[in-house]
Parts: sequence; C-alpha cells; structure tokens
Amino acid sequence: MGDEQAVFAEGVVKKFGDVVALDGMDLTVERGQVVGLLGPNGAGKTTMVRILSTLLAPTAGTARVSGFDVVTQPDEVRRAIGLTGQYAAVDEYLTGRENLRMFGDLYHLEPKYVKRRSQELLDSFELSEAADRPVRTYSGGMRRRLDLASSLIARPSILFLDEPTTGLDPRSRLGMWAVIEGLVAEGTTVLLTTQYLEEADQLAQDIVVIDHGRVIAHGTAEALKDQIGGDRIEVTVVNLVQAGAAADVLRTVSTGEPAIEEGRVSAPVSGGSTVLVSAIRALDVAGIEVSDLLLRRPTLDDVFMSLTGHAAEEEPPVVAKRGRKGRQS
Amino acid sequence: MTTVAPVRSRPIVGWAVHDGFVVARRNLIQSIRVPESLFFSLVQPVIFVLLFAYVFGGAIPIPGDGANADEAANAYRNYLMPGIFGQTVAFAAAASTVGIAEDMRKGLIDRFRALPMAHGAVLIGRTFADAARQILVLAVLSITGFIIGWRITGGLLNAIYAYLLLLLFAYTVSWVGSTIGLSMPNPETASTAGLAWLFPLTFLSNAFVPISSMPDWLQAFAAFNPVSTLVLATRELFGNPTGIQPDYWPLQHPVPYTVMACAVIIAIFATLSVRKFGRTTSK
Repeated sequence: MGDEQAVFAEGVVKKFGDVVALDGMDLTVERGQVVGLLGPNGAGKTTMVRILSTLLAPTAGTARVSGFDVVTQPDEVRRAIGLTGQYAAVDEYLTGRENLRMFGDLYHLEPKYVKRRSQELLDSFELSEAADRPVRTYSGGMRRRLDLASSLIARPSILFLDEPTTGLDPRSRLGMWAVIEGLVAEGTTVLLTTQYLEEADQLAQDIVVIDHGRVIAHGTAEALKDQIGGDRIEVTVVNLVQAGAAADVLRTVSTGEPAIEEGRVSAPVSGGSTVLVSAIRALDVAGIEVSDLLLRRPTLDDVFMSLTGHAAEEEPPVVAKRGRKGRQS
Repeated sequence: MTTVAPVRSRPIVGWAVHDGFVVARRNLIQSIRVPESLFFSLVQPVIFVLLFAYVFGGAIPIPGDGANADEAANAYRNYLMPGIFGQTVAFAAAASTVGIAEDMRKGLIDRFRALPMAHGAVLIGRTFADAARQILVLAVLSITGFIIGWRITGGLLNAIYAYLLLLLFAYTVSWVGSTIGLSMPNPETASTAGLAWLFPLTFLSNAFVPISSMPDWLQAFAAFNPVSTLVLATRELFGNPTGIQPDYWPLQHPVPYTVMACAVIIAIFATLSVRKFGRTTSK
C-alpha cells in the first residue's frame, strides 16, 4: 500500500492562474531513502515541496506524506515532517538557542526535552559557541545550519530540503552536505531539491529529473548516466599530427568509432580501468606522445543536457568539478 | 531516527493560547533586542505632545474652558493628552503591519505554517505583543504629560479603566494592521500602507480638535470614528476637559460604543486575517 511510503504523489497538478507549475507529477519516496528532485529554475521543484509540506493545496491529484493526505490531514503531515526552505527561516533577533526553543514549543514538545535536544543539535551542528548570540551575528552557513537544526527539533522521520545550499559559499556547502549525510546515516528520509547536479549526485541515491512540472527521468545517478551512454576514454596528444594515429590505436580498444577534436581523441569504451591500461600500452607501442589521458564517466550535466535539450541554468559553484568524477590517469 | 520526541500534555488554556504566548514572547524579545525601534516608538509620541502643547496649543480653543490665555493653554494640554494617547495606540497597528510583512519575507510565516501549531497563534501572538508594548509607551507618555501639566482628576479606578480601554484599542487595531500586513507584497509597501489609513483615522477625530469645530459632514464621520469615542471616553475617565459634544449616540455613550466597536473590529479582522494566513503564500 502507498501508506508505507514516506511520500506518495500521483498526478499532482498545480496551476497559478494560467500558469501550470506542476503538470501531473508522480513521486514516490520510500522510507529511509534520499531522493533528489533535480531541475532548472521554474521546473516546479519548490511548488512540489510546498504541496508536500502542506503550504500549498494541489489543483488536482493526490499526495500523501507518511500515509497522511496533505489536503485533508495537514496537521498529521506537519507532525511527521521537517522543512528547510530556500531562506534561512529563523528569527534573527533571537539567539540560536531561543529559536530552537520557540520551534520546539510550537511542536508542543516537553520543555525539558526541547532543552536537551537543542543542546544536542547545537553541538552537532557546530553552533554551541554561537548558541547565545542573536542570529543576526551569524554567517550565512551558520544560519542555514540553525535553520536545518530548527526543522529537526521534533526528530521528524521525513525531511524536505528545498535547495538547502543555494547561496552558500563552497566551504559552507560542503559543511551542509556533511550534516545532511549524517542525518541520512541515522535513517531520516530526505527529499531534496536542487539545481546543482553535483549536489544531487553527492547526496541522493535516487534522482528524479523534472522539467516544466513533469518527471522526465528517474533513477540512480549511475543509471541516468548509463542511459545516455557509458564511459569514454579521452586522449590528448602532444602533436596534433598524431591525432589520427591515436584514433587508430583507440579503435582497437573501443566499442565505437573514436571522435577527433583538435588534439583530443575520445572513444566509448566498456571495461573500466583495464581498458585504460591496454590503451596506455598500445599508445606507447605506437610511439604516440600523450599529454593527458583519462576515463570519463558522463556527468549529470550531460544527462540533463541530453534529457531536456538545455543545460541546468546555473553551474554548480562548487570547487570539485569534473576531476572528481573522471578517474584521471 | 527511531526515537520519537515526547509531546507535552495539552495545557489548560489550550494550544491556541499556548502557541500565541510562545509567539508573543518571541516578538517581545525582538523589541528588547532592537532598542532603537523601541526608543523611536517612544520618542515619536513625546514629540507629538510637545508640538501640540506648545505650537498648536494656544490656537485651538476648547469650548467651555479657560477664561484667560494661561488657563486656556492649560485646558488644551489636559484636553490634548487623551488625544495623544488615542493617536499613539492607533499607530500600534503600523508595527503589526510591518512585523507581519517582514516575517513573510524572511520565510518565517511559511515555517510557522508548516508546524503542527494552532491556527491563528502567530497572529494572536503578534497582536498581543504589539499591544503589550503600548504599556511602556503609555507610561512614558503619561510621565511626559504630567511634566507639562496634565493631571488625572477622575479617580484611580477610572484611570485604570481608561488605560485598559486604550490597550484594548491597541489590540484591536493590531488585528487590522496584521490583516493589511498579510496582504502586502513586501515590508517596504507594508510600511507605507500600514500608515496611510492611520492619519485620516486619527485626525478626523476629536483627538486634537473638538468635533464641534468641524463642518457638518465631517462631524458625522468623526462622531462614529472609534478613535473619537476612545479619546472622549478616556477624557471622561481621566477627568479631563471634553469640550461640547454634538448630538450623536456614540458621543453620548463613548465607553460602550468603543468596547462594541473593538469587539466588532476584532471579530471581522481576526476572521479575515486567520483565513488569509492559511493561504498567504498560496497565490
């Protein structure tokens, strides 16, 4: 039954006047799973999260969270979820601790428990030193961590994170990722929206790609990448004249026709690093001088591009770029 | 996360009051943390007292009082103070408007709405805190008034009634202010809109000039304006000069009319704003 799932949505439609924000969204998140909702600006990610967190009523379709209908049982849904939106929605005049106390009180938790849990969260989110300072003295990263801590005060089993790292500097972003990974390790179900492909790849087991309010692809990061083709071997030659020869060599190990682009020759391969070793030997035997050689897996950027015909609107401003994905030789 | 957070038992006062109190506490802490805002909310009415008492004071005659110039000026100051009180508590609404609009912009309203808390508690807390702040404002104003010669001559109990009536009015207009705040696209617009209606409301009343000095068509409006009846009621309760009242029912029964008007206004605007709160961001 659908009731067992953390999130079950079927045919969700949301119209704002004439604008169709969601056009029949289906979404299932199993308990303990981390699902990344990926799409460009305006794809409907936030609208979907707002519907699931009872802030918006769908125009049509059904959505159940933790087995409760978001329209008819909003309070039950609210008790089961934590929500962290695109802004750090904390009171900036209160201290970090006062914020946590306020949200704990509003969840109707026992005061003693709120006190203990607040300290626990402040400690694990590295906010204990700043705990008794007003939030307006916090950095952007600290505010986001406090915001996330606030949504965890009641230990929700399901967490909605709407672009949790938008606007953060790379260091704070990595810190936020670590915090989210910790929650996931504890068994929290997470639905995460992001326009950063890196982020979805890093955090989510299952990725749902949406565009124009509809699901256009669904699967693990690996499956999505396989869907548009497997690994490619890329060789950069020192002498442009040797490009043709390099292509001939690669043809002996590749599964398809090599492509030459300036001094760079690439070809689809299967077999991972064994192929890489054979290629290096063959190139050496042929006397081809190589300045760079790597085995590259398609990135989610490639996936997004091939699925939507346009790139995700913003580049991930994260330090780790291609290098992390491709196994450099 | 297998542990479940322990939920406390329902307080005797009910969740709405509990949650309202939590939000009010937050709003009151806020005003302590921003002393500048508190300071200017005190300075402004004091400036009004001084301006009206010394600049306009001599020019506005209070019918039935003051044989010579000195007595007339003193009578006007005693007439003026309840007017300033009334105007000041009416302006409490503007703080609610801006406060709600800022909470909306910061995403706090969304967060509150996604909590399993009582509906309307955010608004109950907001209006309660904004009215509570007026206690301090009224205290500072009363001291200023005392210094310039304003005296309470109607007895202690009546004076307490007067202050309570003023606070009830502050609470009432805070609901109007909150409703406006929920309807505004951003805090900047809210701060303009939050004030716009308050000037005609407070000046088209007997706060600073006797209603009898207004043209007939304005007299009718001013007579039914709850600011007029609030100010008249406090004048009577403080034992200050009231001037001569035109023959309108509210002006003959200012206390019951003011209380009734507050009840009706709260009923209308609490309903409107709680409903609006529920779908604020559902454009």
